[in-house]
Amino acid sequence: MNDERWRSLFSDYSNSSFVDLLRRESPHLVPGVTPAPTPNVVEPVHGTTVLSVRYRDGVIMAGDRQATAGYQVASRRIEKIFKSDELSGVGIAGAAGPAMEMAKLFQTELEHYEKVEGENLSLDGKANRLSQMIRMNLPAAMQGLVVVPIFAGFDEKAGAGRLFKYDITGGRYEETNFDAQGSGSKDARDSLKKLWKRDMGRDEALRVALEALIDAADEDVGTGGPDLVRGIFPSVKTITRSGFGDVPEEEVRRVCEEILSERTRTGNGA
Amino acid sequence: MPLPYYVSPEQMMKDKAEYARKGIARGRSIVTLEYGEGILLVAENPSTLLHKISEIYDRIAFAGVGKYNEFENLRIAGIRHADVKGYSYSRGDVTAKALANAYSQALGNIFTQDIKPFEVEVLVAEVGDANGLKSEIYHILYDGTIEDERNYAAMGGQADEIRRFLKDHYRENMTLNDAVQLGVRALTVTQNKTLTERDLEVAVLDRTKARRKFRRIPLEALSQLLGTAR
Repeated sequence: MNDERWRSLFSDYSNSSFVDLLRRESPHLVPGVTPAPTPNVVEPVHGTTVLSVRYRDGVIMAGDRQATAGYQVASRRIEKIFKSDELSGVGIAGAAGPAMEMAKLFQTELEHYEKVEGENLSLDGKANRLSQMIRMNLPAAMQGLVVVPIFAGFDEKAGAGRLFKYDITGGRYEETNFDAQGSGSKDARDSLKKLWKRDMGRDEALRVALEALIDAADEDVGTGGPDLVRGIFPSVKTITRSGFGDVPEEEVRRVCEEILSERTRTGNGA
Repeated sequence: MPLPYYVSPEQMMKDKAEYARKGIARGRSIVTLEYGEGILLVAENPSTLLHKISEIYDRIAFAGVGKYNEFENLRIAGIRHADVKGYSYSRGDVTAKALANAYSQALGNIFTQDIKPFEVEVLVAEVGDANGLKSEIYHILYDGTIEDERNYAAMGGQADEIRRFLKDHYRENMTLNDAVQLGVRALTVTQNKTLTERDLEVAVLDRTKARRKFRRIPLEALSQLLGTAR
C-alpha cells in the first residue's frame, strides 16, 4: 500500500507544478473553478491602474493605491504590485479578490518549482504559466470577475528587462517598451507613448512612470492620484539583474511633488 | 504445498533495522549547528548537482543521508506538504514540527509494512526569529524514531563519533566562520583526509535574511570561510 503511495508520487505529480498539486490535493483552493456570482448583484472591488516601463537596467512596475467598488472607494492603500520571485513581479488589475489570489498562487507556483527543481523557471516559462492561470479564470471572467495582470521581469539569458500583457482568455503578448492595464490604462499608455525614450536611466524611468500614473488619475475616476493629505503615493518597484526592489516611498513622494508643482507652474497637463 | 516460513516479528524488525543501518553507514555524514545568526548545515558531498541539503519553506531546511532516491522522495513530499499548508493557511503556520511528524509517520509506516525499509535519516531544521523564538532541529531515523536535538546534530555513517566531538567543542553564539570550521572539523574527525570546499555542500538558515531564510554558500565564499582561499 505504501509502495503504491510512493510510486504514485511520480505518476501523479510528474512535474514540479504547485497548481497541479493543489488541484489534486485541495481542488477547493484553486481559484476560478467555483461558479462566480451573478453580475450586477454584488459589485466586486476593482483594482485600477498598473503599468510597467522598460529601462536600461531592467523594468519598473508601478500602480496606484486605490480600489473601487462601483462608484465608491473601497480602499485607498491597496497594493497592486507583487513580487513573484527574485527576478519578476506581477501587477494586478481587475477584480481585486481573484487577482490577489492569483498573484499569491503564482508566487507559490514559482517558488515551488524553484525548490523542487533546484533552479528557476525561465522568464518565458513564468509568463506562460501565468497565462494558463488567467485562462483558468475564464468562466469567472465571463461573469464579470475579470483579472488581467501585467507581468514583468529581468531575463537573465537576454540580459534585459521584458514585459508581458494578457487578455482575459490567457492570451499573452510581449510588449517591447511599456504597457499599462486597468481602468486608467488608456490614459497611462498615451502618456507613456509620449514620454518613453530608449535607454532611460532609473531616475528618468521612475519619473516617466509616475507622470503616466498621475495622468491616469487625472482622467480616470477609478484611479487614485498622489494623496498629499493622507500621504499615500503610488507603489513603485524595480526589477533588475540584482533582484526585485522597492523604490522608497520618500523618493516616490519627492518625484510626485516635483511633477505636480511643475504642472502648477507651467500649466502643462492641466 | 510448501509451508510459508515463520519469522518472528522480533527477528524481522531486527533484520530490517540492521539492513537500514548498514545502508546508512555506507553514506557520508552531515552535521548541523546553531550559530549566532541561524542554523548551519554542512554535508560531505562532492556533487554540486545532487543536493543533500535543501530548502523546504521560509524558515525550514531539509537534509538527508543514505539512499539518494529515497530521501529525494521525502524532500519533495516535504515541499508539497509545506507549500499546500502555507497556501491554504498562512506562511507563518508552516512549522518544522508538523513536517517532522509527517516524516516520522511516513518512515514508520514504511518500516513496519514494507519489505524493504528506507535506508535514510533525515533532518528538519527551523530557524527561530530575532524575537527570541527558539530554533528547532528534528532528526528522524529510518524506522520513524523522532528526536529533537539541541544546538547541534549529526547523522550518517560516523554520526556517533561526530556527535561526541561536537559535544566537546560546540559553543553557543559562534560566528558563521567559526561554525563552518567546526562543522568541517567534525566531519573529518573519523577520517585522515582533509576536506576542501569541493567536497562540501554548505547552506544556512540565516535569520537576518528577509522572508526566505535559506541560503546556499557558494564555492568562493566557502573557501574564504575555510581560510583556504588562494
